Amino acid sequence: MADCDQVLRELYGFLDGELTPEAKSAIGHHLDGCLDCLQVYDFHAELRTVVAHKCQEQVPPGLLDRIQACFGLEGSDRAADHDRTARPPV
Amino acid sequence: MADQALFAEQAMQFAPNLYSAAVRMTRNRADAEDLVQETYLRAYRSFGTFEQGTNLRAWLYRILTNAFINRYRAKQRRPDERNLDDVEDLFLYRRLGALEQAMATRSAEDELMDWFTDDEVKAALEALPETFRMAVLLADVEGFSYKEIAAILDIPIGTVMSRLHRGRKAMQRALYEYALERGLVSVPDGSAGLELEPEPTHG
Repeated sequence: MADCDQVLRELYGFLDGELTPEAKSAIGHHLDGCLDCLQVYDFHAELRTVVAHKCQEQVPPGLLDRIQACFGLEGSDRAADHDRTARPPV
Repeated sequence: MADQALFAEQAMQFAPNLYSAAVRMTRNRADAEDLVQETYLRAYRSFGTFEQGTNLRAWLYRILTNAFINRYRAKQRRPDERNLDDVEDLFLYRRLGALEQAMATRSAEDELMDWFTDDEVKAALEALPETFRMAVLLADVEGFSYKEIAAILDIPIGTVMSRLHRGRKAMQRALYEYALERGLVSVPDGSAGLELEPEPTHG
């Protein structure tokens, strides 16, 4: 059974899923019975979700098409390297 | 020669994540677009060396990271390795915990999600020095494991853990400063928020 200090020390290892099964289970048992630690855990778990959720960007329109077009150019560059005039305008 | 259709089918799905990460790295949308485009070109050219069945997403992030370092570190000559002030453990929890109780009518989850705007969270992450920012970005936004981050950044796992530990605390401090500015919390008596002395860590 883990004590409060161990839970705080290994909080992020636990959140990150990086603990051994034994350590993970010890922390889990402690959280079941300790409201203080459970609140700390909930706060940090949620903070992580907030960070992940709020740091997303919309891909600018056209970026994917421009990338895919580059693949086409690469292919035609190599296949028809002798005929550079055949390359479509960038 | 990479199979274009296979590459597109497997790799293009990660473009939104790569673009989001590139914006956090470069702190500039136009640069991020260039960086993602360069990443895909480099990946396409070396797709033949990618071992099918291994982690394509981590492989792409490694290319993205290297492209970022080559392109932008060359510009600034030196990586941003400013050190971080020491911040106590549970920094944000100890300051916003009281606020949770004051808003007891709502669930803690909704509060925390509502307390900070997208721009504030992005700015808090982007304010971290580069080495710490990369670790926090890869772990907390992209959800990579310590082992994957170590491979992407080409650093030992122990270094990943220490950068994460310190980067996360610094980010909590930046978020706290937004909470202060917004008046969500008041400056504690006897210390002026931004000039908090480092306190001994828990335990």
